[in-house]
Amino acid sequence: MDSKELCKEAIRISGIDPRKCMKCGKCSATCPAFEDMDIHPHEFVSMLCDGRIDRLLKSKSLWRCVSCFACVERCPRGVEPARLIEAVRVCLIRNRNENFISPDEIPALLDPQLPQQAIVSTFRKFRK
Amino acid sequence: MQRIGVFVCWCGSNIAATVDVAKVVEEIKKEPGVVYAQDYQYMCSEAGQLLVKNAITEHKLTGVVICSCSPRMHEATFRKAASSVGLNPYMVEVANIREQCSWIHKDRVEATEKAIILARAAVAKVSLNAPLQPGESAVTKRALIIGGGIAGIQSALDIADAGYKVDIVEREPTIGGKMAQLDKTFPTLDCAACILTPKMVEAAQHENITLYTYSEVEEVKGFVGNFDVKIRKKARYVDETKCTGCAVCTNKCPSRKAGNEFNCSLDKRGAIYIPFAQAVPNVAVIDTEHCIHFKTGKCGLCEKNCSAKAINFDQKDEIIEEKYGAIVVATGYQISDVTKYDEFQYTEHPDVVTSLELERLMNAAGPTKGTLLRPSNLEHPKDIVFIQCVGSRDITSRGKCYCSKICCMYTAKHAMLIREKYPDVNVHVFYIDVRTPGKNFDEFYRRAVEQYNVDYIKGMVGKVYENDKGGLTVRAVNLITNERVMIDTDMVVLAAAIEPSKGVKKVASMLTASIDTNNFLTEAHPKLKPVESPTAGVFLSGVCQGPKDIPETVSQAGAAAVKVVGLLAKDKLVTNPCTATPNELMCNGCSSCEKVCPYGAITYVEKLVNDHGIKETRRIASVNSAVCQGCGACTVACPSGAMDLKGFSNKQIMAEVDAICR
Repeated sequence: MDSKELCKEAIRISGIDPRKCMKCGKCSATCPAFEDMDIHPHEFVSMLCDGRIDRLLKSKSLWRCVSCFACVERCPRGVEPARLIEAVRVCLIRNRNENFISPDEIPALLDPQLPQQAIVSTFRKFRK
Repeated sequence: MQRIGVFVCWCGSNIAATVDVAKVVEEIKKEPGVVYAQDYQYMCSEAGQLLVKNAITEHKLTGVVICSCSPRMHEATFRKAASSVGLNPYMVEVANIREQCSWIHKDRVEATEKAIILARAAVAKVSLNAPLQPGESAVTKRALIIGGGIAGIQSALDIADAGYKVDIVEREPTIGGKMAQLDKTFPTLDCAACILTPKMVEAAQHENITLYTYSEVEEVKGFVGNFDVKIRKKARYVDETKCTGCAVCTNKCPSRKAGNEFNCSLDKRGAIYIPFAQAVPNVAVIDTEHCIHFKTGKCGLCEKNCSAKAINFDQKDEIIEEKYGAIVVATGYQISDVTKYDEFQYTEHPDVVTSLELERLMNAAGPTKGTLLRPSNLEHPKDIVFIQCVGSRDITSRGKCYCSKICCMYTAKHAMLIREKYPDVNVHVFYIDVRTPGKNFDEFYRRAVEQYNVDYIKGMVGKVYENDKGGLTVRAVNLITNERVMIDTDMVVLAAAIEPSKGVKKVASMLTASIDTNNFLTEAHPKLKPVESPTAGVFLSGVCQGPKDIPETVSQAGAAAVKVVGLLAKDKLVTNPCTATPNELMCNGCSSCEKVCPYGAITYVEKLVNDHGIKETRRIASVNSAVCQGCGACTVACPSGAMDLKGFSNKQIMAEVDAICR
């Protein structure tokens, strides 16, 4: 997948239209991890909008987002940057095609302490 | 059999580029009753109209179908043309092959097919059309203005100056509206009260204007030129004719619990009060919710101290019934609810205020006598942060999707006034975009930056929180430098979105005027009829139609007044002949139509009918055709199909459907 297509794929996975962003920067203003990021949430949205996913895939920020969803909560345009960031993460993991788990291995890995949601979101990170 | 002529318009390339007009002509000629068909580049032009007129005469046409733009655009044009050569105007039908066909389709073959079908439907309808004669109705030469803010006052003054009687109905105890609460007005910074109060007094003293303050419109019936309106004049418990406005009662009142609305509840007022010193009328009013006399039966201090003997605890609401020819809606706006934005601490910290509250905090008649003080400790603030777009341009459930339009300018005004009066105060403004279109508006904003050193920072604030120094910390990002910004401040001012006043929905439904998804009243045409509501005789003035500043409001108020004067200047109005008529033999007397009629045009009568030889008295619907506006609600509601609309009979509509489905 080339970067344009990959970008489209990330947007598709997120279910968000980043063009709704009005560039107010409230996501970055609200982000507790702002200082640790090389690419900030508002830049993240803008770059996805422009189809520039390559830098995002390599960025530190991708893994600095703690998914606190403060930006999702406060974005006045319903752009929900955390969901976009999560979608890029998913793209990256799927692309690497690593961490492959065979369905047979899953029962042994299940931990009753693990929330259901975590298991489901893990599945999202794999591709057939 | 009718002799029908069909005229297909190209509308330049608007229609012709997508619809094969020649094919439409060719196909429609095959329809029964069509004796003539032609296409032309601009049917609405002089030459085009002449073509229609000549064809009517030459081919002895009894019905005409124009395939063109929406009937809202040119139906009247073509009906007038037909009428000028002796054809009844109601024998002309318009098939909309532009808005409903060429503009929305790309495929030429499909669009042509659809245009033919639409034309066929119109031909089928015209085949069943009958000539109709419009009636006349008188015009009551009196206007009603709902809302006594600057919009309502200006409309009233303009109509009254033209020589017509005007009544203003204002919900609050005084006229003046939101403008009365403002300190200074942009872009010239003149004091709001100085320019508004003379207009308020002029309205009160004008021989053609009657003020109904502390009153609400309760019921509206009738139609353009003939509205019957009931106004509820709420009991003030103070005799307006006796009260001198001396304000002794307001000072003596021992109840001090009620929030003072005029000062945005930043201070308290008595249970008996005059909203502000220049209130019009300058008459006290008792708030029964807080009055000790009304709660316990004791007190009565105001009554004892009133030398004019104006206090009357037994006063009752009064219903005033009046007839009007035209109604202007000028219900204005209110500040939207900012309590949902908990990241800005509005409900948690007294030093976080809305811009309207700041107006009061800077006004000489406000709670701090015009000295800007922090509400929490009444100390002089050193830093003030303004946050723009709070609730505006917000498509989530918390906000309003639109731009409130006035906030950029009033924030620049506040920033400048503060820097002018208190040069030691640092002023920061967080903005997303600065929108200052308007005469001398951008120059005004630039003055704030260049002359007054106001610190404009691009970026929305993420969070406001109380810091350990007892002040507030504002957290944001400067989007130009891409750096975190943390500002310790003493006050935060929120530029809250504005929204239509509470109760506008009720007013709109009483007037059968339409409102949009944001509760703003809809204009008849966004460009060409901006002050008319789609409901005849109802006009719009001020923010009830959409966000706007004072200069724009005053212009619109004047425009609405001109439209009202244009209407009231007429002695008679031509009524729409497309009214409802019941089939007396089919009517079962169920009253369904009476209940849905928004104009009160339907009554029930006992009438002797001859049903195929059986003579009996039955309860049947009767339509007052002078009141009926032809909306068709009754024809749909009637369970027995007895109600029919002239010009839109059930038979005609079915013929259209049949023609489409053929």
